[in-house]
Amino acid sequence: MTNVPTTTKADWSSDQEVRWCPGCGDYSILTAVQLLMPELGVRREDTVFVSGIGCAARFPYYMNTYGVHAIHGRAPALATGLAMARPDLHVWVVGGDGDMLSIGGNHLLHVLRRNVNLNILLFNNQIYGLTKGQYSPTSEIGKVTKSTPDGSIDEPFNPISVALGAEASFVARTHDMDRQHMMEMFRRAHNFPGAAFVEVFQNCNVFNDGAFGAITKKDKRASMLIHLEHGKPVRFGDDNEKGVILNSYGSAEIVDVADVGEDALLVHDENSQEPSLAFALSRLSAGPFEPTPIGVFRSVERSEYAAEASKQLAWAQEQSGPGDLASLLHSRATWEVS
Amino acid sequence: MTDTLPRIVGTRELDRLVVRFAGDSGDGMQLTGDRFTSASAFFGNDLATLPEFPAEIRAPQGTLAGVSAFQVQVSDHDITTPGDAPNVLVAMNPAALRKELPHLEVGGTVIVNQDAFMERNLAKAGYEGDPLEDGTLDNYTLFKVPMTTITKEVCKELGVKPRDAERSKNFFALGLVSWLYGRPTQPTLDWIEAKFKRQRLVADANSAAFKAGMAFGETAELFDFNYEVRPAALKPGTYTHVNGNTALSWGLVAASQQAKVPLFLGSYPITPASDILHELSQRKNFGVRTLQAEDEIAAICSALGASFGGNLGVTTTSGPGVALKSETIGLAVSLELPLLIINIQRGGPSTGLPTKTESADLMQAMYGRHGESPVPIVAAYSPSQCFFAAIEAARIALKYRTPVFLLSDGYLANGSEPWCLPDIASLPDLAVEFATVPNHTNDDGSEVFWPYLRDPETMARPWAVPGTPELTHRIGGIEKEDGTGNINYESDNHGHMVKLRNDRIAHIANDISATMLEGDIEDAELLVVGWGSTWGAIVSAMTRVRKEGHKMAHAHITHLNPLPKDLGDILRSYRKVIVPEMNMGQLCRILRAEFLVDAQSISKVQGVPFTAAELHHHIIGALDD
Repeated sequence: MTNVPTTTKADWSSDQEVRWCPGCGDYSILTAVQLLMPELGVRREDTVFVSGIGCAARFPYYMNTYGVHAIHGRAPALATGLAMARPDLHVWVVGGDGDMLSIGGNHLLHVLRRNVNLNILLFNNQIYGLTKGQYSPTSEIGKVTKSTPDGSIDEPFNPISVALGAEASFVARTHDMDRQHMMEMFRRAHNFPGAAFVEVFQNCNVFNDGAFGAITKKDKRASMLIHLEHGKPVRFGDDNEKGVILNSYGSAEIVDVADVGEDALLVHDENSQEPSLAFALSRLSAGPFEPTPIGVFRSVERSEYAAEASKQLAWAQEQSGPGDLASLLHSRATWEVS
Repeated sequence: MTDTLPRIVGTRELDRLVVRFAGDSGDGMQLTGDRFTSASAFFGNDLATLPEFPAEIRAPQGTLAGVSAFQVQVSDHDITTPGDAPNVLVAMNPAALRKELPHLEVGGTVIVNQDAFMERNLAKAGYEGDPLEDGTLDNYTLFKVPMTTITKEVCKELGVKPRDAERSKNFFALGLVSWLYGRPTQPTLDWIEAKFKRQRLVADANSAAFKAGMAFGETAELFDFNYEVRPAALKPGTYTHVNGNTALSWGLVAASQQAKVPLFLGSYPITPASDILHELSQRKNFGVRTLQAEDEIAAICSALGASFGGNLGVTTTSGPGVALKSETIGLAVSLELPLLIINIQRGGPSTGLPTKTESADLMQAMYGRHGESPVPIVAAYSPSQCFFAAIEAARIALKYRTPVFLLSDGYLANGSEPWCLPDIASLPDLAVEFATVPNHTNDDGSEVFWPYLRDPETMARPWAVPGTPELTHRIGGIEKEDGTGNINYESDNHGHMVKLRNDRIAHIANDISATMLEGDIEDAELLVVGWGSTWGAIVSAMTRVRKEGHKMAHAHITHLNPLPKDLGDILRSYRKVIVPEMNMGQLCRILRAEFLVDAQSISKVQGVPFTAAELHHHIIGALDD
């Protein structure tokens, strides 16, 4: 974009006092976004943050952009209308695991399927925070919360698998302890022309503290986070000694590189048309207590919804000329009464 | 049929005629009725229609449940209803006869497809004997016509297979009735050509069947007379023939053009509203964007998102869909953005009667939300008037930055009438001013934008759309401070905001037309108050009542929230007030609550509109009280 004024983090911060609990992971995500925005070469007035309800959904109030804090679960639907009406805008959708996978699960599926040009950030803390600590659709089985005193009996969603199953074109994961990685994933999402889905592991230090600690603490990251890099063998470990292969069932499996040899390792291809590879990687970890992939799972360009809708409008005008109201009213059989 | 004696066929004049076509849902009765209507419209009659069809696409063949009917009244004078008891019933099978005969006027004409009256079909319809022979129809004029046989015969020469030929029998019926009532034939023949131009055999079969029906009327000695309904003396102008959903769709396009604001429709398919989505999805050259959303909630949310982006957001649905949208309507009340919620009401509760009409969602529109969340309500009252109702609803939404309900119903949606096309130049200018510059100066001299700083006259907040420099702002459903729009949970502030939202909607009463009041305004013994689609029946009933020498007046309410400012005085100036509604007395309750008047409710909740005769009966009853 031309002539976009140079900005700093301060320009993108609103004058509203941030009201998340001290120590909440949302602060670091907000900082990452506010630091990233000046680098994207976009104007504040062309940027809109849309959210539903929940702790994460307060996000738009803190961005000095246009913003809508809507109702529970419906942000992707509202953003779809906005993105269709105004394809010139950069629209971000922010929500939590309850907002986007429970009450608004339907809308998330359809916005991904349609590939509407939105950047969707799902802050996954595996708990309901704003309602003070009930289990969420990503809480693990056995989770004891206020509403599950005997432990949750619900199988949790894997948000990456859900997104891939919904035909998502861009799917990535990051976590709130690594600002650089978050910024990189958000930048990739912004640059992707279509629905870009990013799951952010986010710590709720009040109701679910340490849910991701086993994989995101500094001293655990090398051995527990599997960085997906396009075109490179999938490897991790304190000494890079572990790797991932596709076994004969097509499932991803963790191996010792020494056992199989480097050539046997899976080489990540985020552009693979067929989503099976990304899906296999999404199933590698059953939760944030096992080695878990982060990075871009899938990035495959296809027709973007709002652009396709605009094309149909342009085509209609080409075919029939710009609409003329009088002609419309006279478009059926008419007769004169004198 | 004999051909020995020459026949003299005469023509008798009628001032009006009510025909009801009835058959199996697969028999094409809606199409037949629609063609008869179009030919009559072309001929210059005034007319009104009432399609009635089952919710099932194909209910079991030959059963009562599967009967689909289309009633049309054509007239040589101005009419407002599809008529009371039909004069003519065209019954394509025994089930149609059994279901529809009770509606027919005594002495009326029954034309049946004799071929369909075989034992199996009679049994399916629940007839023990043959009603064509056993005296059931003694009080009617019966014409037995072997429609299937003749249709098959004429189609055989064209090389059409008998099974396919049978499908054209509705055009035979149409041809026969067209002859009998002197309808012009060319419009129908032209229509067949255009409609089936890619299916040569079908076009030929339908034309042949239609012509055979005409010929049968002229040559068979069944009919001593045919009839003529002369053109009506309608006001001069160019006319077209529309149903309510089409007129409403065009009204939305017109509103968008008049406002120079693009139209966005978010909708989820639901009977009887879907045709608006179909119509608007063909209007892309007007810049209309349509989204068939994943559900009713997404439909309205996408419309609201489009409104935030500077479009006129619209969502169309029927009652059950409105229930799902309630939370988002509440959000729109809080966001103070233009939004149209269009409810084509149908029988409820729950799935209810999807294809039948009812107007029982007034209370839902008034109060069906969480918290104190007033929404203006506009109601359409005739099929063609849906055009102007849509423009009026859009005017209020755009000017006052508020969600607005537009209520129509299944009867208006599918019913049709001739429409004297308006002069485009006469349509209101709905031009919108978007905010372009900051509107507040801070103590330190800095210029800022306050999203809830109001226009002192309209009490509307500025509409600042994304893309406008310096006006970035955040809005949401949490209670806010007036002016700044910042989140505010203080008790006094909430009280202030509730009152403000209430006042700003009530204030719209200064900007709507006075109550539509007709009849013996000065000295009526009785006032009938209506809203919505009861208009036609009330007008017809009033004509009869006044012809009989009684004094009555009719107030019709087009703005249900806020109500017209003169309504209280009008209600209090008549001794008796009755309120006929297709619900259990919802407007009546509002009038009693608002104005402390002894209005009496007249209810009909049977999935079909009031007839003028029914209302006449109620009015005379009330006058005699």
